Order: sequence, then structure tokens, then C-alpha cells
Amino acid sequence: MVPPAGGGPTGGWPRVSRSGLARPGPARSNPATMCSPASFDPRPGSRVGPQLRCTGRRHVPRSGFNSRMRLVILDDYDLASEWAAKYIRNRIVEFKPSADRYFTLGLPTGSTPYGCYQKLIEFYRNGDLSFKYVKTFNMDEYVGLPRAHPESYHSYMWNNFFKHIDIDPANAHILDGNAEDLEAECNAYEQKIAAAGGIELFVGGIGPDGHIAFNEPGSSLVSRTRVKTLAKDTIVANARFFGNDLSKVPTMSLTVGVGTVMDAKEVMILITGAHKAFALYKAIEEGVNHMWTVSAFQQHPHTIFVCDEDATLELRVKTVKYFKGLMHVHNKLVDPVLSIKDQ
Amino acid sequence: MPSNKSVSDAPISQFTNCRILREHTLQREDLWVREGKILDPEKLFFDEQGYADQQVDCEASIIAPGFIDVQINGGYGVDFSQPSEDVTAGVSLVAKKILEHGVTSFCPTLVTSPPAVYHKVLPQIKVHDGGPHGAGFLGFHLEGPFISLEKKGAHPERYLRTFRSGGIEDLMEAYGSLDNVAMVTLAPELPRSQSVVRELCQRGITVSLGHSVANLSQAEDAVQHGASFITHLFNAMLPFHHRDPGIVGLLTSDQIPAGRTVFYGMIADGIHTNPAALRIAHRAHPSGLVLVTDAITAMGLPPGHHTLGQQVIEIQGLHAYVTGLPLPYSRRWLINDEFVS
Repeated sequence: MVPPAGGGPTGGWPRVSRSGLARPGPARSNPATMCSPASFDPRPGSRVGPQLRCTGRRHVPRSGFNSRMRLVILDDYDLASEWAAKYIRNRIVEFKPSADRYFTLGLPTGSTPYGCYQKLIEFYRNGDLSFKYVKTFNMDEYVGLPRAHPESYHSYMWNNFFKHIDIDPANAHILDGNAEDLEAECNAYEQKIAAAGGIELFVGGIGPDGHIAFNEPGSSLVSRTRVKTLAKDTIVANARFFGNDLSKVPTMSLTVGVGTVMDAKEVMILITGAHKAFALYKAIEEGVNHMWTVSAFQQHPHTIFVCDEDATLELRVKTVKYFKGLMHVHNKLVDPVLSIKDQ
Repeated sequence: MPSNKSVSDAPISQFTNCRILREHTLQREDLWVREGKILDPEKLFFDEQGYADQQVDCEASIIAPGFIDVQINGGYGVDFSQPSEDVTAGVSLVAKKILEHGVTSFCPTLVTSPPAVYHKVLPQIKVHDGGPHGAGFLGFHLEGPFISLEKKGAHPERYLRTFRSGGIEDLMEAYGSLDNVAMVTLAPELPRSQSVVRELCQRGITVSLGHSVANLSQAEDAVQHGASFITHLFNAMLPFHHRDPGIVGLLTSDQIPAGRTVFYGMIADGIHTNPAALRIAHRAHPSGLVLVTDAITAMGLPPGHHTLGQQVIEIQGLHAYVTGLPLPYSRRWLINDEFVS
């Protein structure tokens, strides 16, 4: 049997969910997809252009690149980190960034991307990759936490990435959780992204509750960069970094919105570990749902989910087999792995 | 990359591929320096958006702060306790030589001497910073003459003194000038010592207890009056006794005024103290340990006869003997990196 044109396996996949669309088709009366050029209202910082801002049909012309979700499954955390790092490397090298044309990269924090950062540093040390013409935009930062605090995302990025590579400090953007006017800081961030020409590749992670960045369950799927109050679960989960003293854990954060990440040309989500398995299931096998905000990327034309075996534990066997069967195609994206030495 | 200087125009150096001493551990981190000051690179990155102008590959070496030697009697043929006409030359020679061993500041030490020696030597050098020319001069360390007869060690008995009035007059009579003095070693059991301790502390001079038969309460009393150092722990003092720990007991005394630390010098050559004793002291009071060389004129020189103030020293192999005194007074001639590890 020939798989349907949408690219899913045979036999009733993907499932129709209560809330969203099963596959791109005629828009139903769903606020998330109801939009037309006439009702389009550009918000400050959004990219106004031929594509619709809301999550409806996107037509981003990109030659030789199918609009599809890629689920890339590697055996373990290290292999997943390596695949992701190679993909980022190839994208940057292929892009041939220069002083006139920077590569804009969205970046996450946390334990999941750590291995990927280590690999990217290795590529830089070997001379195969340079971040000289790369601009980065981090997803989030705590509010009220001193920037030098070891748990701030500034510290994370400095210690785990920036201090080891050749990025120009002026090109490394992170939200300032100690700004006088937090709302202004968020709006300015959106403008910086727009001024940089939008994000070429946004790398992100997923929380156990399916959130991306700090877009906790219930966040609007068209949200922009804003202040968010952290969920109790998140605060409790973070307590271990603050000496298990709940009073010391930040309660608010600045975060890019789901809409902000959706604006990127391409999105790559890293998901590793069994504790993320249920969130991955909800993100790709259930419908688009604001309680599992990563599910919004079902409606982005170019999403890659990079995960390890453990993260697939809640998926249907059929889903896993289908995408594993496509690994030979996926691996063409990282093999051969390109180097600036060859340019 | 475009210029980054928002705070200062001075060039920034980044020392890479090195280990730095930070938070009491050796860490694999880069060291960033601008205009002789160590920078916080994270602050530089985010606040100033700055970056290094030059990178220096340290080839996996350790970068550590320079050593400070607060007890060194001389070296390379120079004896600080000699009434020389040109003390500066001697101090400068030693300062340059010890730089090779990683010592960047030191206190030239004078052993018990007649007043004439102090009156001649002390006024000749002022406290000054070090540099490529040699280690910095922090001030003299005057070890004696107000020490105990029973614990004189290699000091000449005839020049020992006691406190007659317990005031500044005793000090002036013995030393002449205190302007360039950083530290004084004295025995606190000597009568009228408390006021002397206070007098010295008020002038910013560190008072160190040593060459003494003081018991613990006499030592604690001295600390309460301002004493803050112990001269070569275990040597030239009563041994630790469980019913009267003596000066050694200061390491764990509960009579030390709040907010103050008692530091103790240790000669860690394996001869002056048994390494096990050193470890006991370190475990009891790790934050007070100060390594000293107590090096003598013969340091860096071949075997032969040398002076130590008014005494004559004979070097045989790795041991030094005060001529005319029995073996227990032998000292090893000391070079830093042999025992610092």
C-alpha cells in the first residue's frame, strides 16, 4: 500500500484528536487555524511577509525540502546529541554565513542539549565550524535571578557554550531577567530577532509537561516573548538547583512565545530520556493542544524531533518503526558532515 | 572583530590551556587579565561584550598566585642578620633569586642580634612592591630577642632580652626603628609582654608567638591582646600535652576572639616536623596553615661554612649544623619546591 501523500504510515495514522486538525486540509472553525489575509493583524516584532502569521497553511518555498515532520531516533543520548550537533553544523556550513549574512540560531538550556553543545564545541576546536558569523537567541531566562548566579541561563550559556567558542559577544542574545521594564525587554527581544532577519534554525527542548521554553500548559499557541509565572511543578523540579529551598527558586521567567518559535524557518526539538516519553507522545501523536505546547510544531512545515530510544517509549510501535525505517534518509542530512576547512 | 572596549581601551590577554587555583581547587579554566587585573570573563562577555586581544597557550601548566615567605633568614650567601652597609643589595639579590622558586613577596628575617645590628639594618629598606626585578619586600620579621632562654634554638643566648618596662621603650632600645617591620616573634610568658603585644598590634605589626615555653592560657592571653601568628609550629615551643596543649593548643582554642584567625607557620621539609604532625595540625585548623622556609644564608650554595647572625653554620650534605651545638639543632637548607606539594 502506498502511504498517503501527507507522509504518514498506513492504517489510521495520524489519529484525529478532539482539538485540532489531523492533517493539513480545509480549515474548520478552529480559532487556531481560522485566518485569512483580510483578518491578518501583524503584531509588533512579527515577520510580515508572504506567509500567514497564524498557524494555518504555510507556504515557505524551500527547494529540495519537503514539508514534513522528521522524527530522528538514535539509540542513546550521546548519539542523539551527536546527530543534532552534526545537523546544526551542516546547516551553518552550508549557509556560508558572512559579515553581510549572519546565521541566526535559537538556543535552549537544560540537561538535554548539554551533549549537543559539547559536540559543537568539539567541532569548533577541530576547526570544522566557526560561530564568528552566527547570531544566537536564547529561549528564556529567570526573572530576578542575578545574572552571575550559577543557575541563571546566562551562566549556563557562558560555561557550557559561549566561553568555549568564537562567537562575538555582541551577537549572543539572552533575555535580561533583571531589566527595569520586563515587558519592554520582551518586546525589544522580538524586535532584535526581526532585525536579525528572523531565526534560521530554532533548537529547543521539551518539558515533561510538554512545554517548550517556559510556555507552560495553557500558553497560547500564538504567544510572543513575554513574562510567565512558573508552574508549581516547574518550581518544585528546579528546587534541586537551589539547595532544595523553595523560597530561593525564581517564580517568574521571560520566555519566547510559541508563536515566536513557530516563526523560525526550521525548528529542531531535542527529546531524550524516558521521563520525556509521554510528552513526546502527546506532542506528535495527539493533536495540537495548548496543554502540550510542543504540539504546535505539527503545524510548522519544517520540524525535526531528535530523540533517543527511551524517549519513544510511549509512542506507537508503528510510529517508531516507520521513522526508524526512514533513518537512511535522515542520515543523509548529517552524512557527509561538512567543514569550513573545505570552503 | 570590531573593537570591544567599553570599560577600558587596554588590551585583554586570555591565558588558555591552563589550570588555575580557584576555590581551593585546581580548575581547568582560562585566566583573563587586563592591565594587571584578573577579569571575570563572564562579566566581560555579557556586560562589555568584550573578548581577548591576545591568547597565550600555557601548555597545561598551572597558574597560581606567588608564594609569600614570612620567615627567611637569608640565602645565596646573604645573611639578613649581618650589620651590612648595603642591606638593600643583599635583600635585592635574595629577592631576585627566590623569584625563580615562585616567591613573589617575603619578609627578610633577623634572628636574635645585638641592638647595633637592628639599629643599622632596619632603617635601610622601605616596604616596596616586587616586579620582574625580584620579590616584593613586605617588611622585616624580627625573630627575637624577646624569646625564651629554654627555647632559644640556634639563637645566641647572650643577646636574649626581657621586657623591662613593658612599653615602647623596650622595643626602641632593642630595635631602634619599627618603621619597616612587618612581624615580631616573641615569647608571651615573658613578664609585661601583653602591653608590648598591644603596642605592636596598634602599629600594624603582626605579633607571632614562638621560641617560648608558654602554656595555653598564656598563649590565649597574648592572642586576646592581638597576637595572630605562631612561629614555626612545634619547633622551639613546648610539645603538645593533652592536659596543657601549650601554644599548639591555639589551633583549636575556643578563646580566640570572634572573627579572628590564628595563623601558624610550618617548616614542611620533613625534618623540622614529622609529616604526620603536619597533617594533624592541618586537619585541626586547615585555614590557618602558612608554609615558611626559614631558609638560611646557605640556601642555593654548596657545602661549607656560613653565618646565621652571630652564629656560624656548617653545611654537610643536606644538613646544616650550628658549630659547637649538638645535633638536635641541625637544620636542613631549604628550597621551596622540594617540600611544597
